[in-house]
Amino acid sequence: MARQTFVLNGTSVTVDVHDDVRVLWVLRDLLGVTGPKYGCGINVCKACTSHLNGKAFNPCSVRVGDLRAADEVTTIEGLADTAEADGAALHPMQQAWLDRDVAQCGYCQPGQIMAAVALVRKVRREGRSITEADLDAIRNICRCGTYTRIREAVVQGERQM
Amino acid sequence: MTRDHAQPAAQAASTLAVDRRSFLGYVVAGTTLVAAAEMTGGLLDPAAAAPGVPQPAELYDLNDLLTHAAAPTADLITVTVHDDGTASFALPRMEVGQGITTSTAMLIAEELEMPVEKVRVTLADARPELLFNQLTGGSNTTISTYTPIRVAAAVAKGALLEAAAVLLGDTIESLVARGGVVQAPDGRSATYAELARAAASSTTRPVRVQLKDPAQFRVVGVGHSRVDALEAVTGRKQYATDLHVPGALPTMVCRAPTLNGTPRRLRNERAILAMPGVRDVALVDTGVAVRAETFGQCIDAIRAMDVAWADGPVAGLSDDDVVEELRGAELPLPRLPDTPLAKTVEVDVLFYFRSNSAMDTNSAIADVRADRATVWAGLKSPIVAQQRVAEELGLPQDAVTVHVVQGGGSFGRRLFFDGALEAAKISRAMGKPVKLMWHRADDARVGRGHPMATSRVRAVHAAGQVLAFQQSHTSIETDFRHGLGEIISANLADLPTGLGNLGFAETIFELTQEVPYDFGVITQTLTETDDRFNTGSMRNIYSPDVRTAGELAVDRLAEAMGSDPYTFRRSHLRNARVRAVLDTVAKHGRWGRPMAPGTAQGIAIHKEYKGCSACLVEIDCRPEQTGREIRDGVGGPRVTKVVFAIDVGLVVNPRGLEAQMQGGINDGIALALTSSMHLRDGHFLEASWDNYFYTRQWNTPPEVEVLIMPSDSGQPGGAGEAGVAATFAAVACAYARATGEVPAYFPINHRDPLEFRVKPFVPPIPQSPTNGRKLVW
Repeated sequence: MARQTFVLNGTSVTVDVHDDVRVLWVLRDLLGVTGPKYGCGINVCKACTSHLNGKAFNPCSVRVGDLRAADEVTTIEGLADTAEADGAALHPMQQAWLDRDVAQCGYCQPGQIMAAVALVRKVRREGRSITEADLDAIRNICRCGTYTRIREAVVQGERQM
Repeated sequence: MTRDHAQPAAQAASTLAVDRRSFLGYVVAGTTLVAAAEMTGGLLDPAAAAPGVPQPAELYDLNDLLTHAAAPTADLITVTVHDDGTASFALPRMEVGQGITTSTAMLIAEELEMPVEKVRVTLADARPELLFNQLTGGSNTTISTYTPIRVAAAVAKGALLEAAAVLLGDTIESLVARGGVVQAPDGRSATYAELARAAASSTTRPVRVQLKDPAQFRVVGVGHSRVDALEAVTGRKQYATDLHVPGALPTMVCRAPTLNGTPRRLRNERAILAMPGVRDVALVDTGVAVRAETFGQCIDAIRAMDVAWADGPVAGLSDDDVVEELRGAELPLPRLPDTPLAKTVEVDVLFYFRSNSAMDTNSAIADVRADRATVWAGLKSPIVAQQRVAEELGLPQDAVTVHVVQGGGSFGRRLFFDGALEAAKISRAMGKPVKLMWHRADDARVGRGHPMATSRVRAVHAAGQVLAFQQSHTSIETDFRHGLGEIISANLADLPTGLGNLGFAETIFELTQEVPYDFGVITQTLTETDDRFNTGSMRNIYSPDVRTAGELAVDRLAEAMGSDPYTFRRSHLRNARVRAVLDTVAKHGRWGRPMAPGTAQGIAIHKEYKGCSACLVEIDCRPEQTGREIRDGVGGPRVTKVVFAIDVGLVVNPRGLEAQMQGGINDGIALALTSSMHLRDGHFLEASWDNYFYTRQWNTPPEVEVLIMPSDSGQPGGAGEAGVAATFAAVACAYARATGEVPAYFPINHRDPLEFRVKPFVPPIPQSPTNGRKLVW
């Protein structure tokens, strides 16, 4: 066993667990942070998408031992606190999801929202806005088939971010 | 007829309408207000049956069966008004994303005159006293609960008004309930919070209530966002594996390399138990279970297991063997009318196995003790689950508590309780609580799916008329052993003539399938064979396949008779509602507009579950589309536009209905173009979402328009499955028109070289990668 320390949603946490355990299980099974969902465990469904130092990552495919003490992991539970408006209960992307009533079963939606926020940040770094091709390239699967409203919400969220 | 004569008739109709809204309910004894509804019939409108039409589904469909089955016990449902001004209701159905908690809250808010936000709808535990009335399937929830839920809410409102009359010293008639407040004409008022206890009754008493006139609806019919939307977008919504039950540690199962194989022995038990985090292992009939501190450590343990297996019942079998078996089981099509000038159109389509695996895999928490057991799971047939768990554990049924948890999708999967039963067996074997989760690979390969089937259509036309339309559907058995069987047996005697003698699947087929065209002599038959596969319903039962073969044949008929697919359908439809949805999509989708070579429109209709739908799609089959390189996925032809019209009768929540159609559209596209299971050497190859190609963003249509038809119907129809069949059929027709070839099988890419590397079968689940840091974006 080893002591693993990283920053989770703004607070430093330390967990006793083997290096090899993937971050997803540390979050869900040991820390009780269940917003990131299990959908495949092999980084193809993207249901666990969260942020590592502000960029999208999939905790199912990162060993907890590979996290450093200063690494900031943000899950859907901590997303609102990263919004520019201080004390906002919701991130603008979450609000867009509500406005478009995107969720059906809801299982994949935390990952979808985290991916959407990362996408907006990515295109801004590239000095452009989201295109249809960017929307086509979103890899998060939704078995309820909410894709149409996801596309609408991402574009709305981009405007409000 | 003079005006004088007309008037009494109008009055009679109006009296009848009022009587239709008058129901008996109960104020139930309690410390706060509890109102209960009793079903007094009137659920099925006998006048709704179309006269003189030949097919059973038009007279009496699956939903009538489910509604009749539900009728005798639905009166046990209660609405409670609390002293914080909220109302609560435990819905004896399961929410899996289809939006019934929202529509139920809307119905209660409507009748009880309070804000939707103040109505809390939870999912009821298994309640054996409900007998047949706790099954979520056949898109039946709103159809069967629409009246009783409103009656209970109306009883509650009546009791609140009575209490308010005493408190405010006024007559009930002069009081108005609105927005959770009762107002007196003098301006004084009392909130429901203030009235809840005063309205409570010390005895249970019957009351007669009048339901609201639908013309006065303010909530029903107006789009409302989901009541659980905030929980979903904040990650607070809990599914079975998110629940914290003390001691219920992560548990997974190592499964056999052939479908439904069984374990003989774990050869390295000691080594497995010594692995980090591993607490327990146990042999159960479905595999070797391991319980550990994290699911990751369960995965490690499963991958290290050395297990001796016994082959499953389809060991060695591949797709082609099953096709051959189906072809062998096909019955000869009936003889055709013998007319010298008659011409025949034939369509013969094969549908491969498809998976109904949801995002939230089969999962359940079980805590089995010597004398009792508790199970938490997403269950659409919780009473049957409770019975089967009790039977398995040798416990009386009432010693098993079954909590119904919201599911992350179902698509038919959660009609079964494979996870709950397995969790109970494991918990008993280990003597500890377990949180069982199926690995995605298990859920895909060993979970249930839609059976392989063939559908043959033969139609005869002569002198500009269709004389006969015959469809024969042959399928690997569709498993319905989840409790519908009880409903059927309870209702067999009441079925229309002849149906009582049919087999179970045939009954479902008869009650759901219908060819709504004037095609002379219409016959549709079902033959099922082979019960060795893990099957079930899959967002609809037979309709997507049956309708697709049927609509492809309609296009062939139109072509053979020199007519356009739209005008041909229009002139042969015998139902005005279906014609209306067809006209709507043709108009909004600009049917017949010029299309570039390699692209085409397709149009199709479907009628089921008291509703009807039409879909118009545009597809692009040009090389620049089909040649798209997609990492870990498939591109293929792209459906570029969908226009979908739906008439479900009375619409409770148009926003939710639109969402269900949008979802169904993506299912229909997947069935036509990309998603299937390959059976090779006794196992299915597809093990995850990079193998099983459900519609993704790169496949979904950039343009989707859902049109909800206005309706003067007083009855709601089903929504959860209604989007699939017409879409699948329209995409199939569009593909055939774009490429000039009617596909012989679906999905159209099934026989292409595999687009993925097959994951190993031993070990049965893949290891999680470790390169995630490099892929951060």
